[in-house]
Amino acid sequence: MNNSIAKEKIVSLRKKRSLEDMRFKYYGFTAMCLSLAVLVFLLYTIFSKGYTAFQKTIVLLEVDYNQEVLKLTPDSSDEDMEKGKFFRVKKQAIENFFPDLSKSDIKLVKKLFSINVDKEIKDYFLDNPEVINTKQQIWVTAHSDVDQLLKGNSRRDVPEDRRKLNDIQLSYVDQLVEENRVKQVFNNFFFTKADSRHPEIAGVAGSFMGSLFTLFTVFILSFPIAIGASVYLEEFAPKNRITELIEVNISNLAAVPSIVFGLLGLGVLLNVFGLPRSTPLVGGSVLALMTLPTIIIACRASLKAVPPSIKEGALAVGATKTQAVFHHVVPLALPGTLTGTIIGLAQALGETAPLIMIGMIAFIPNIPTGLTEPSAALPVQIYLWVESAERGFQEKSAAAIMVILIFLFMMNAIAVFLRNRFERKW
Amino acid sequence: MFFWSLVLIAVGIFSSFIYGRSRIKLNSKKQGTKSKSLPNYYAQYVLMWCLFPALIVYFSWAIFQEQIIQNIVISNFEYIEGAVYNEGLLLAEIRNVANNPSFADGKSIEIINAASHYSSLRQISQISFYTSIIIIMLLGALYASQKLKPDFHAQHTIEKYIQYILIFCSSVAIFTTIGIVFSLIFESLRFFAEVSIFEFLFSTEWYPFIPIREGQTAAEGSFGAVPIFAGTFLVMVVAMCVAAPLGLLTAIYLAEYASQRVRKIVKPLLEILAGIPTIVYGFFAFVSVAPFVKAFGQSIGIDASPTSALAAGMVMGVMIIPFISSLSDDVINSVPQSLREASLGIGANKAETIKKVILPAALPGIVGAFLLAISRAIGETMIVVVAAGTAPNLTGNPFENVTTVTVQIVVALIGDQEFDNPRTLSAFALGLVLFVITLFLNIIALQIVKRYRERYE
Repeated sequence: MNNSIAKEKIVSLRKKRSLEDMRFKYYGFTAMCLSLAVLVFLLYTIFSKGYTAFQKTIVLLEVDYNQEVLKLTPDSSDEDMEKGKFFRVKKQAIENFFPDLSKSDIKLVKKLFSINVDKEIKDYFLDNPEVINTKQQIWVTAHSDVDQLLKGNSRRDVPEDRRKLNDIQLSYVDQLVEENRVKQVFNNFFFTKADSRHPEIAGVAGSFMGSLFTLFTVFILSFPIAIGASVYLEEFAPKNRITELIEVNISNLAAVPSIVFGLLGLGVLLNVFGLPRSTPLVGGSVLALMTLPTIIIACRASLKAVPPSIKEGALAVGATKTQAVFHHVVPLALPGTLTGTIIGLAQALGETAPLIMIGMIAFIPNIPTGLTEPSAALPVQIYLWVESAERGFQEKSAAAIMVILIFLFMMNAIAVFLRNRFERKW
Repeated sequence: MFFWSLVLIAVGIFSSFIYGRSRIKLNSKKQGTKSKSLPNYYAQYVLMWCLFPALIVYFSWAIFQEQIIQNIVISNFEYIEGAVYNEGLLLAEIRNVANNPSFADGKSIEIINAASHYSSLRQISQISFYTSIIIIMLLGALYASQKLKPDFHAQHTIEKYIQYILIFCSSVAIFTTIGIVFSLIFESLRFFAEVSIFEFLFSTEWYPFIPIREGQTAAEGSFGAVPIFAGTFLVMVVAMCVAAPLGLLTAIYLAEYASQRVRKIVKPLLEILAGIPTIVYGFFAFVSVAPFVKAFGQSIGIDASPTSALAAGMVMGVMIIPFISSLSDDVINSVPQSLREASLGIGANKAETIKKVILPAALPGIVGAFLLAISRAIGETMIVVVAAGTAPNLTGNPFENVTTVTVQIVVALIGDQEFDNPRTLSAFALGLVLFVITLFLNIIALQIVKRYRERYE
């Protein structure tokens, strides 16, 4: 009797315990799935918000290149053509865009076009000077408000005063759609232009180049210094207080918030040394100091991975310590150090706060060509676009994020490739 | 300019190398003895004596040229009586005119004069830069070539130099720390000269708007940072509420339950999560999470603001998950296998082993990981800048707008940056607080982790 009760108790207890076990395992599994689900959701958000930015809306506009309006003749020189009165041609074209437009309507129609239209009309003419005195049908860029409406990013059903386009403009757009005078094509501006106040002609080319120059500076500064430091600490440094101080220092620097490095750049590089503000040179220097600990730690690990027998072999045949290290240990550790450096660079690429501190947040509408020119950087560009109230910039920021993520992915792929291809296991 | 000077230096060191090599061969032939080191070492010796002086000249020029020229131009500027000048704007204008003659139209005569002065100084500086680089390289080579005798131990000297270079490289980290500490302390002292330290640390009014122009009747600014610290703390708590359970449970699952295959897939995925730039999380918080939080708040009857501590904190928590999970994973894995086996051997099941044996054993390490994560959360900038708002509310309600230390640093330094007002300088004081707190957390965490490691080694 007693025996069976005890047995029952044991069985139920065991059931309870194994249930507990199952539940605990399930918790862990759920936590992991949740973390990954957030990753998927994040990528999905970015993709779904951003893919429309790769298309732009263009409108068919009939332009009359009348020589009197242009104040040109068919045999004008190139220089004169540059100075042609294209804005008058554009004005005329817009006035005739729909039949019988009143003055106030013309103003509304004008807002359907991008600010870039003048330049497009001009460029078309300069490319084909023979079109003078003819009427041409040209596809020109639409205003961002039209673009956003047609992409479905801004809604029609909100009250008129909270919309960018009023009812008349909406009817114009609908008419254009009906008459097939508007279409969506690949947005080349996004990849060839720098930042702009106008979303439809804003691109990432400027900030991309800025990021490249910044990364170049980071690499030039941090790679040699990191290798030097790690070789010293790993191979030469005597075990004393100073060495210990350096080591503690490096591991603590790795955890200093990035914004503090920005303050360092502002306080020392800009204010004391007077280096030029907003430039990749300063941005790169700050990021180099910031990524240095990461790279040093990776370099030391790969130096440590080289078996001591190799160094000892070199020493045994009469090499000095310097020779043994630089001729034998360092070359073998090089792939590992490169991998570490690339991972450090990837970290530097995404870093925003220090660059804001040293002024790379300025509005730069042209593409930088050197290290000492003011320029933007990709992450800061994203920040500027996220903060911008204009609707058209939101898809741009998501698309810029896609660019930066692809860039990061490629860097990591290179790092993994290097590791798999060259790293030896002893 | 600096590109061509790099080419010049490259040519210089190349020819010095060739020169050193041929010279030592010649010398040893002349004396009929073999040199004590290989010819390459002598060549390297000459090279170093060429390169390093040239680099010193190069960097001092790169750093000081612009400043010196600007000072000369400004000090020689013909000020007009009574006119008020802003030095920065003036300089920018002069530089613009000098770089771009087409801007000169309509500028006053003294600016045009100053611009031509500026460009002539630049020219002088360039010429003297190139000549001094050439001269210093020649001098270096000359000094070195006197030592190129067969009985000179070039290799020993070179190795000594290499040691110096390596020591310099490793001390960059120390210089960085010194730079951080000094710039923060220096500017903070200027801040505390105007605002009392007690007001900064204990007053609850953060209203950093001070009269910009003289005579403007704006309210006196007040700099009580308590609401900022409270906001930082609130966001950090929300972040840890998300990250601590998720990160730790993920780590436990991966370390104790998951098969090798799952680990192989999930770990790189988590690394992706860790490698995503923080501004991307900021975008995510702003576009997806903040509207969701607002809608959720409204549905339960709380008036949530469009940017809130909850939105920023939740996303920040997601950002920290991989950080916590990988650190805890390491910690759990380094608990000796014998403890696990002993527990399983006396009949405990897996969950009991984890809860009663492994977690207590790994506790110090996990605490260390959490501390590191907290220090990350406090120092994180972009997520809060985008998603937490800038209003210094002293509140415990996570649905409200709060502001953090990092946000205020960014806000203070965006835009106008005159270093004479406490508004700008407050960024450095806040930076100092941030630096001290994260450093403190970090040192404690590293100590704990180190002790923990030692226990099981």
